Amino acid sequence: MKPPPFEYEAPSSVEEALPLLGLDSTVLAGGQSLVPLLNLRLAQPELIVDINGIAELDYIRAEDGTLRIGAMTRQVTLERSELVKERWPLLSKAIGLVGHAQIRSRGTVGGSVAHADPAAELPVALTALGARFHLRSPGGTRPVDAADFFLGPLYTVREPDELLVEVEVPEPIDGAGSGFAEHARTHGDFATAGAAAIMAPGVHAAVVLLGAGPMPVRAEAAERALTGGAEPREAAALSAQDVEDEHRRALCTELARRAIEEAMA
Amino acid sequence: MRISVEINGREYEGEVEPRTLLSDFIRHTAGLTGTKVGCEQGVCGACTVQLDGEAVRSCLMLAVQARGRALRTVEGLAGEGGMHPLQRAFHEAHALQCGFCTPGFLMSMEAFLREHPHASDEDLREALAGNLCRCTGYLGIVEAVEQAARELRGD
Repeated sequence: MKPPPFEYEAPSSVEEALPLLGLDSTVLAGGQSLVPLLNLRLAQPELIVDINGIAELDYIRAEDGTLRIGAMTRQVTLERSELVKERWPLLSKAIGLVGHAQIRSRGTVGGSVAHADPAAELPVALTALGARFHLRSPGGTRPVDAADFFLGPLYTVREPDELLVEVEVPEPIDGAGSGFAEHARTHGDFATAGAAAIMAPGVHAAVVLLGAGPMPVRAEAAERALTGGAEPREAAALSAQDVEDEHRRALCTELARRAIEEAMA
Repeated sequence: MRISVEINGREYEGEVEPRTLLSDFIRHTAGLTGTKVGCEQGVCGACTVQLDGEAVRSCLMLAVQARGRALRTVEGLAGEGGMHPLQRAFHEAHALQCGFCTPGFLMSMEAFLREHPHASDEDLREALAGNLCRCTGYLGIVEAVEQAARELRGD
Protein backbone atom coordinates (compact mmCIF):
# COMPACT_ATOMS: atom_id res chain seq x y z
CA MET A 1 0.00 0.00 0.00
CA LYS A 2 1.97 2.96 -1.29
CA PRO A 3 0.74 6.02 -3.16
CA PRO A 4 0.86 5.90 -6.96
CA PRO A 5 3.39 8.26 -8.58
CA PHE A 6 2.32 11.88 -8.98
CA GLU A 7 3.77 15.27 -9.77
CA TYR A 8 4.15 17.54 -6.78
CA GLU A 9 3.95 21.31 -6.40
CA ALA A 10 4.09 23.26 -3.17
CA PRO A 11 3.06 26.85 -3.87
CA SER A 12 3.67 29.42 -1.15
CA SER A 13 0.72 31.71 -1.96
CA VAL A 14 -2.89 31.41 -3.13
CA GLU A 15 -1.94 33.30 -6.31
CA GLU A 16 0.68 30.67 -7.12
CA ALA A 17 -1.69 27.81 -6.27
CA LEU A 18 -4.68 28.82 -8.39
CA PRO A 19 -3.17 28.18 -11.87
CA LEU A 20 -2.20 24.66 -10.74
CA LEU A 21 -5.75 23.63 -9.89
CA GLY A 22 -7.87 21.66 -12.33
CA LEU A 23 -9.38 18.30 -13.21
CA ASP A 24 -6.09 16.39 -12.97
CA SER A 25 -4.86 17.92 -9.73
CA THR A 26 -5.79 17.36 -6.13
CA VAL A 27 -5.25 19.77 -3.26
CA LEU A 28 -3.30 18.40 -0.31
CA ALA A 29 -4.20 20.21 2.91
CA GLY A 30 -3.74 18.27 6.16
CA GLY A 31 -3.71 14.98 4.29
CA GLN A 32 -5.54 13.02 6.97
CA SER A 33 -8.18 11.87 4.47
CA LEU A 34 -6.31 12.27 1.19
CA VAL A 35 -3.14 10.37 2.13
CA PRO A 36 -5.07 7.24 3.22
CA LEU A 37 -6.89 7.41 -0.14
CA LEU A 38 -3.52 7.71 -1.90
CA ASN A 39 -2.03 4.86 0.12
CA LEU A 40 -5.01 2.68 -0.83
CA ARG A 41 -4.68 3.97 -4.42
CA LEU A 42 -8.32 5.01 -4.37
CA ALA A 43 -7.08 8.47 -5.37
CA GLN A 44 -4.65 8.64 -8.32
CA PRO A 45 -4.15 12.31 -9.15
CA GLU A 46 -1.66 13.45 -11.80
CA LEU A 47 -0.62 16.40 -9.68
CA ILE A 48 -0.72 17.06 -5.96
CA VAL A 49 -0.90 20.73 -5.05
CA ASP A 50 0.37 20.90 -1.48
CA ILE A 51 -1.00 24.05 0.17
CA ASN A 52 0.72 23.50 3.53
CA GLY A 53 3.22 26.23 2.71
CA ILE A 54 0.55 28.89 2.20
CA ALA A 55 0.88 30.80 5.46
CA GLU A 56 -1.77 33.36 4.47
CA LEU A 57 -4.47 30.65 4.86
CA ASP A 58 -3.64 29.94 8.51
CA TYR A 59 -5.60 32.25 10.82
CA ILE A 60 -8.52 32.49 13.23
CA ARG A 61 -9.85 35.97 13.81
CA ALA A 62 -13.05 37.78 14.72
CA GLU A 63 -13.98 40.77 12.58
CA ASP A 64 -17.07 42.82 13.48
CA GLY A 65 -18.37 39.83 15.41
CA THR A 66 -17.88 37.39 12.50
CA LEU A 67 -15.47 34.49 12.87
CA ARG A 68 -13.04 34.00 9.99
CA ILE A 69 -11.02 30.81 9.77
CA GLY A 70 -8.34 30.35 7.11
CA ALA A 71 -8.73 27.08 5.24
CA MET A 72 -5.27 25.79 6.29
CA THR A 73 -5.91 26.35 10.00
CA ARG A 74 -5.06 23.10 11.79
CA GLN A 75 -7.92 21.46 13.66
CA VAL A 76 -5.81 21.53 16.83
CA THR A 77 -5.53 25.32 16.53
CA LEU A 78 -9.33 25.59 16.40
CA GLU A 79 -9.56 23.18 19.35
CA ARG A 80 -7.23 25.35 21.46
CA SER A 81 -8.74 28.70 20.47
CA GLU A 82 -10.13 30.50 23.54
CA LEU A 83 -12.03 32.87 21.25
CA VAL A 84 -13.85 29.94 19.63
CA LYS A 85 -14.51 28.23 22.99
CA GLU A 86 -16.06 31.39 24.33
CA ARG A 87 -18.06 32.66 21.35
CA TRP A 88 -18.67 29.62 19.11
CA PRO A 89 -18.64 26.69 21.58
CA LEU A 90 -20.43 24.40 19.11
CA LEU A 91 -17.25 24.37 17.02
CA SER A 92 -15.15 23.47 20.06
CA LYS A 93 -17.54 20.63 20.93
CA ALA A 94 -17.50 19.29 17.37
CA ILE A 95 -13.74 19.55 16.82
CA GLY A 96 -12.96 17.46 19.90
CA LEU A 97 -14.79 14.57 18.24
CA VAL A 98 -12.78 14.72 14.99
CA GLY A 99 -10.48 11.69 14.75
CA HIS A 100 -7.78 11.59 17.41
CA ALA A 101 -5.29 14.18 18.66
CA GLN A 102 -2.68 12.80 16.24
CA ILE A 103 -5.11 13.48 13.38
CA ARG A 104 -6.17 16.95 14.55
CA SER A 105 -2.54 18.05 14.79
CA ARG A 106 -2.31 17.82 10.97
CA GLY A 107 -5.94 17.91 9.81
CA THR A 108 -7.28 21.28 8.71
CA VAL A 109 -10.62 23.06 8.96
CA GLY A 110 -10.75 23.70 5.21
CA GLY A 111 -9.76 20.14 4.39
CA SER A 112 -12.58 18.71 6.47
CA VAL A 113 -15.09 20.99 4.71
CA ALA A 114 -13.78 20.46 1.16
CA HIS A 115 -13.39 16.69 1.56
CA ALA A 116 -17.08 16.47 2.60
CA ASP A 117 -17.01 13.08 4.27
CA PRO A 118 -20.62 12.31 5.25
CA ALA A 119 -19.38 11.23 8.71
CA ALA A 120 -17.43 14.45 9.35
CA GLU A 121 -18.39 16.59 12.34
CA LEU A 122 -17.28 20.03 11.14
CA PRO A 123 -19.61 20.27 8.11
CA VAL A 124 -22.54 19.43 10.42
CA ALA A 125 -21.59 22.03 13.03
CA LEU A 126 -20.86 24.67 10.36
CA THR A 127 -24.22 24.03 8.67
CA ALA A 128 -25.98 24.52 12.02
CA LEU A 129 -24.05 27.75 12.54
CA GLY A 130 -25.06 29.09 9.11
CA ALA A 131 -21.43 29.32 7.96
CA ARG A 132 -20.31 30.46 4.52
CA PHE A 133 -17.40 29.04 2.57
CA HIS A 134 -15.29 31.27 0.35
CA LEU A 135 -14.07 29.71 -2.89
CA ARG A 136 -11.30 31.42 -4.84
CA SER A 137 -10.58 30.88 -8.53
CA PRO A 138 -8.63 32.87 -11.11
CA GLY A 139 -11.96 34.63 -11.81
CA GLY A 140 -12.44 35.88 -8.24
CA THR A 141 -13.98 34.75 -4.96
CA ARG A 142 -17.51 33.49 -4.39
CA PRO A 143 -19.20 32.78 -1.07
CA VAL A 144 -21.36 29.66 -0.76
CA ASP A 145 -23.71 28.99 2.16
CA ALA A 146 -22.93 25.76 4.01
CA ALA A 147 -26.53 24.67 3.34
CA ASP A 148 -25.83 24.81 -0.44
CA PHE A 149 -22.23 23.56 -0.41
CA PHE A 150 -22.54 19.81 0.16
CA LEU A 151 -24.00 17.73 -2.66
CA GLY A 152 -23.20 14.17 -1.58
CA PRO A 153 -20.45 11.95 -0.16
CA LEU A 154 -17.08 13.61 -0.96
CA TYR A 155 -18.97 15.85 -3.40
CA THR A 156 -19.47 19.60 -3.17
CA VAL A 157 -20.24 22.59 -5.41
CA ARG A 158 -16.53 23.47 -5.51
CA GLU A 159 -15.30 23.57 -9.13
CA PRO A 160 -11.94 21.92 -9.95
CA ASP A 161 -10.27 25.32 -10.46
CA GLU A 162 -11.52 26.68 -7.13
CA LEU A 163 -9.69 26.67 -3.81
CA LEU A 164 -11.55 26.87 -0.50
CA VAL A 165 -9.79 29.76 1.21
CA GLU A 166 -11.95 30.75 4.18
CA VAL A 167 -14.72 29.58 6.47
CA GLU A 168 -16.88 32.43 7.74
CA VAL A 169 -19.12 31.92 10.75
CA PRO A 170 -21.72 34.59 11.57
CA GLU A 171 -21.98 36.35 14.91
CA PRO A 172 -23.56 34.16 17.61
CA ILE A 173 -27.25 34.77 18.31
CA ASP A 174 -27.80 36.48 21.67
CA GLY A 175 -28.64 34.01 24.39
CA ALA A 176 -28.26 30.95 22.18
CA GLY A 177 -26.89 27.69 23.55
CA SER A 178 -25.45 24.82 21.56
CA GLY A 179 -25.06 21.07 21.74
CA PHE A 180 -23.33 18.33 19.77
CA ALA A 181 -23.85 14.60 20.27
CA GLU A 182 -22.64 11.65 18.25
CA HIS A 183 -22.37 7.89 18.28
CA ALA A 184 -19.26 6.08 17.07
CA ARG A 185 -18.42 2.41 17.60
CA THR A 186 -15.18 3.39 19.30
CA HIS A 187 -13.93 6.78 20.39
CA GLY A 188 -12.41 8.72 17.50
CA ASP A 189 -13.79 6.36 14.89
CA PHE A 190 -16.06 7.60 12.12
CA ALA A 191 -19.42 8.49 13.63
CA THR A 192 -22.46 6.42 12.67
CA ALA A 193 -24.81 9.26 13.54
CA GLY A 194 -24.80 12.60 15.29
CA ALA A 195 -26.59 15.89 15.76
CA ALA A 196 -25.76 19.54 16.24
CA ALA A 197 -28.23 21.97 17.78
CA ILE A 198 -28.36 25.68 18.44
CA MET A 199 -31.22 27.01 20.55
CA ALA A 200 -32.35 30.49 21.49
CA PRO A 201 -35.79 29.67 22.90
CA GLY A 202 -38.58 31.38 20.99
CA VAL A 203 -36.13 33.10 18.64
CA HIS A 204 -33.98 30.60 16.80
CA ALA A 205 -33.51 26.86 16.48
CA ALA A 206 -31.08 24.95 14.28
CA VAL A 207 -30.84 21.15 14.22
CA VAL A 208 -28.53 19.41 11.76
CA LEU A 209 -28.03 15.65 11.59
CA LEU A 210 -24.97 13.54 10.80
CA GLY A 211 -25.62 10.11 9.32
CA ALA A 212 -29.19 10.85 8.26
CA GLY A 213 -28.15 11.18 4.62
CA PRO A 214 -25.15 11.52 2.31
CA MET A 215 -24.38 15.01 3.70
CA PRO A 216 -25.41 17.16 6.66
CA VAL A 217 -29.21 17.13 6.86
CA ARG A 218 -31.06 20.13 8.23
CA ALA A 219 -34.01 18.97 10.34
CA GLU A 220 -36.41 21.72 9.33
CA ALA A 221 -39.55 20.19 10.82
CA ALA A 222 -37.81 19.91 14.19
CA GLU A 223 -36.53 23.48 13.93
CA ARG A 224 -40.03 24.81 13.25
CA ALA A 225 -41.45 22.80 16.14
CA LEU A 226 -38.75 24.07 18.52
CA THR A 227 -39.29 27.68 17.54
CA GLY A 228 -42.98 27.08 18.27
CA GLY A 229 -42.13 25.84 21.76
CA ALA A 230 -42.00 22.05 21.29
CA GLU A 231 -40.26 19.87 23.87
CA PRO A 232 -36.84 18.44 22.90
CA ARG A 233 -38.15 14.84 22.79
CA GLU A 234 -41.03 15.81 20.52
CA ALA A 235 -38.78 17.83 18.17
CA ALA A 236 -36.15 15.10 18.11
CA ALA A 237 -38.75 12.58 16.92
CA LEU A 238 -39.58 14.92 14.04
CA SER A 239 -35.93 15.49 13.16
CA ALA A 240 -35.23 11.99 11.91
CA GLN A 241 -38.69 11.00 10.67
CA ASP A 242 -37.46 10.75 7.06
CA VAL A 243 -34.52 8.47 7.85
CA GLU A 244 -35.47 5.09 6.38
CA ASP A 245 -33.14 2.75 8.24
CA GLU A 246 -34.69 1.99 11.60
CA HIS A 247 -31.42 1.79 13.52
CA ARG A 248 -30.17 5.06 12.10
CA ARG A 249 -33.50 6.74 12.76
CA ALA A 250 -33.39 5.64 16.38
CA LEU A 251 -29.81 6.87 16.75
CA CYS A 252 -30.49 10.23 15.08
CA THR A 253 -33.60 10.78 17.17
CA GLU A 254 -31.80 10.10 20.44
CA LEU A 255 -28.72 12.13 19.50
CA ALA A 256 -30.89 15.05 18.34
CA ARG A 257 -32.66 14.96 21.71
CA ARG A 258 -29.33 15.06 23.55
CA ALA A 259 -28.00 17.88 21.38
CA ILE A 260 -31.19 19.94 21.78
CA GLU A 261 -31.26 19.42 25.56
CA GLU A 262 -27.60 20.37 25.81
CA ALA A 263 -28.32 23.50 23.78
CA MET A 264 -31.20 24.42 26.11
CA ALA A 265 -29.36 23.67 29.34
CA MET B 1 14.08 15.17 -5.01
CA ARG B 2 16.87 15.57 -2.49
CA ILE B 3 15.61 16.46 0.99
CA SER B 4 17.08 17.02 4.40
CA VAL B 5 15.09 16.42 7.58
CA GLU B 6 16.12 16.92 11.18
CA ILE B 7 15.36 13.84 13.28
CA ASN B 8 16.24 13.73 16.96
CA GLY B 9 18.57 16.69 16.51
CA ARG B 10 20.49 15.22 13.58
CA GLU B 11 20.16 16.02 9.87
CA TYR B 12 19.27 13.12 7.59
CA GLU B 13 19.57 13.61 3.85
CA GLY B 14 18.17 11.45 1.12
CA GLU B 15 16.73 11.15 -2.36
CA VAL B 16 12.94 10.72 -2.36
CA GLU B 17 10.04 10.64 -4.78
CA PRO B 18 7.17 13.02 -4.01
CA ARG B 19 5.08 9.97 -3.09
CA THR B 20 7.56 8.69 -0.49
CA LEU B 21 5.79 8.57 2.86
CA LEU B 22 7.51 10.14 5.84
CA SER B 23 7.25 6.80 7.68
CA ASP B 24 9.31 5.15 4.90
CA PHE B 25 11.87 7.97 4.90
CA ILE B 26 12.32 7.54 8.64
CA ARG B 27 12.72 3.76 8.42
CA HIS B 28 14.49 3.22 5.09
CA THR B 29 16.47 6.40 4.44
CA ALA B 30 17.29 7.47 7.99
CA GLY B 31 17.45 3.84 9.15
CA LEU B 32 15.47 4.60 12.30
CA THR B 33 13.38 1.46 12.51
CA GLY B 34 11.94 2.16 15.96
CA THR B 35 8.99 3.81 14.20
CA LYS B 36 6.66 1.04 13.06
CA VAL B 37 4.36 0.90 10.05
CA GLY B 38 1.03 -0.80 10.67
CA CYS B 39 -2.07 0.09 8.70
CA GLU B 40 -0.78 2.99 6.54
CA GLN B 41 -4.20 4.60 6.73
CA GLY B 42 -3.98 6.55 9.95
CA VAL B 43 -5.92 4.15 12.13
CA CYS B 44 -3.45 2.11 14.20
CA GLY B 45 -1.07 4.82 15.44
CA ALA B 46 2.05 2.61 15.27
CA CYS B 47 3.85 5.17 13.08
CA THR B 48 3.22 8.13 15.40
CA VAL B 49 6.16 10.54 15.65
CA GLN B 50 6.44 14.15 16.78
CA LEU B 51 6.60 16.98 14.28
CA ASP B 52 7.79 20.17 15.95
CA GLY B 53 6.54 18.70 19.24
CA GLU B 54 3.07 17.61 18.05
CA ALA B 55 2.15 13.94 17.68
CA VAL B 56 1.43 13.09 14.03
CA ARG B 57 0.95 9.98 11.92
CA SER B 58 4.10 9.63 9.82
CA CYS B 59 2.24 7.41 7.33
CA LEU B 60 -0.10 10.32 6.54
CA MET B 61 2.65 12.77 5.59
CA LEU B 62 4.86 12.87 2.56
CA ALA B 63 8.57 12.94 3.32
CA VAL B 64 8.94 16.16 1.31
CA GLN B 65 6.55 17.85 3.73
CA ALA B 66 9.06 17.39 6.57
CA ARG B 67 11.73 19.49 4.86
CA GLY B 68 13.05 22.06 7.32
CA ARG B 69 11.01 20.64 10.19
CA ALA B 70 12.18 18.97 13.40
CA LEU B 71 11.06 15.38 13.98
CA ARG B 72 11.36 13.27 17.06
CA THR B 73 11.08 9.51 16.99
CA VAL B 74 11.22 6.89 19.73
CA GLU B 75 15.02 6.77 19.33
CA GLY B 76 15.09 10.36 20.60
CA LEU B 77 13.12 9.64 23.76
CA ALA B 78 15.79 8.28 26.11
CA GLY B 79 18.13 10.89 27.56
CA GLU B 80 21.58 10.78 29.10
CA GLY B 81 20.06 9.51 32.30
CA GLY B 82 18.70 6.45 30.55
CA MET B 83 15.13 5.61 29.61
CA HIS B 84 12.42 8.27 29.58
CA PRO B 85 10.00 7.94 32.55
CA LEU B 86 7.33 6.73 30.10
CA GLN B 87 9.60 4.01 28.74
CA ARG B 88 10.53 2.91 32.26
CA ALA B 89 6.86 2.87 33.30
CA PHE B 90 5.90 0.78 30.24
CA HIS B 91 8.63 -1.68 31.21
CA GLU B 92 7.60 -1.85 34.85
CA ALA B 93 3.83 -1.99 34.35
CA HIS B 94 4.02 -4.68 31.65
CA ALA B 95 2.48 -2.26 29.15
CA LEU B 96 3.75 -4.22 26.17
CA GLN B 97 3.94 -7.75 24.95
CA CYS B 98 5.06 -7.90 21.32
CA GLY B 99 6.07 -4.23 21.41
CA PHE B 100 5.06 -3.32 17.87
CA CYS B 101 2.64 -0.62 18.99
CA THR B 102 4.86 0.71 21.80
CA PRO B 103 6.86 3.41 19.94
CA GLY B 104 3.59 4.94 18.72
CA PHE B 105 2.10 4.89 22.22
CA LEU B 106 5.23 6.47 23.68
CA MET B 107 5.39 9.30 21.15
CA SER B 108 1.65 10.01 21.49
CA MET B 109 1.71 9.96 25.27
CA GLU B 110 4.90 12.04 25.63
CA ALA B 111 3.22 14.84 23.65
CA PHE B 112 -0.05 14.37 25.55
CA LEU B 113 1.51 14.50 29.04
CA ARG B 114 3.51 17.58 28.10
CA GLU B 115 0.28 19.39 27.22
CA HIS B 116 -1.90 17.79 29.91
CA PRO B 117 0.29 16.99 32.95
CA HIS B 118 -2.81 16.80 35.18
CA ALA B 119 -5.01 14.79 32.82
CA SER B 120 -7.93 12.95 34.39
CA ASP B 121 -8.25 9.20 34.01
CA GLU B 122 -11.00 9.77 31.43
CA ASP B 123 -8.90 12.23 29.40
CA LEU B 124 -6.00 9.83 29.47
CA ARG B 125 -8.09 6.94 28.18
CA GLU B 126 -9.51 9.18 25.47
CA ALA B 127 -5.97 10.19 24.46
CA LEU B 128 -4.96 6.53 24.29
CA ALA B 129 -7.76 5.84 21.79
CA GLY B 130 -5.54 7.00 18.93
CA ASN B 131 -3.24 3.99 19.27
CA LEU B 132 -4.15 0.34 18.94
CA CYS B 133 -2.62 -2.50 20.93
CA ARG B 134 -3.57 -6.08 20.15
CA CYS B 135 -1.71 -7.78 23.01
CA THR B 136 -2.16 -6.11 26.36
CA GLY B 137 -5.82 -5.23 26.72
CA TYR B 138 -4.67 -1.69 27.58
CA LEU B 139 -4.82 -1.95 31.38
CA GLY B 140 -1.04 -2.12 31.68
CA ILE B 141 -0.72 0.81 29.30
CA VAL B 142 -3.16 2.96 31.30
CA GLU B 143 -1.27 2.08 34.47
CA ALA B 144 2.10 2.89 32.87
CA VAL B 145 0.97 6.28 31.60
CA GLU B 146 -0.51 7.13 35.01
CA GLN B 147 2.75 6.12 36.68
CA ALA B 148 4.81 8.20 34.23
CA ALA B 149 2.46 11.18 34.64
CA ARG B 150 2.98 11.07 38.42
CA GLU B 151 6.74 10.86 37.99
CA LEU B 152 6.87 13.68 35.43
CA ARG B 153 4.76 15.90 37.75
CA GLY B 154 7.12 15.07 40.61
CA ASP B 155 4.32 13.66 42.83
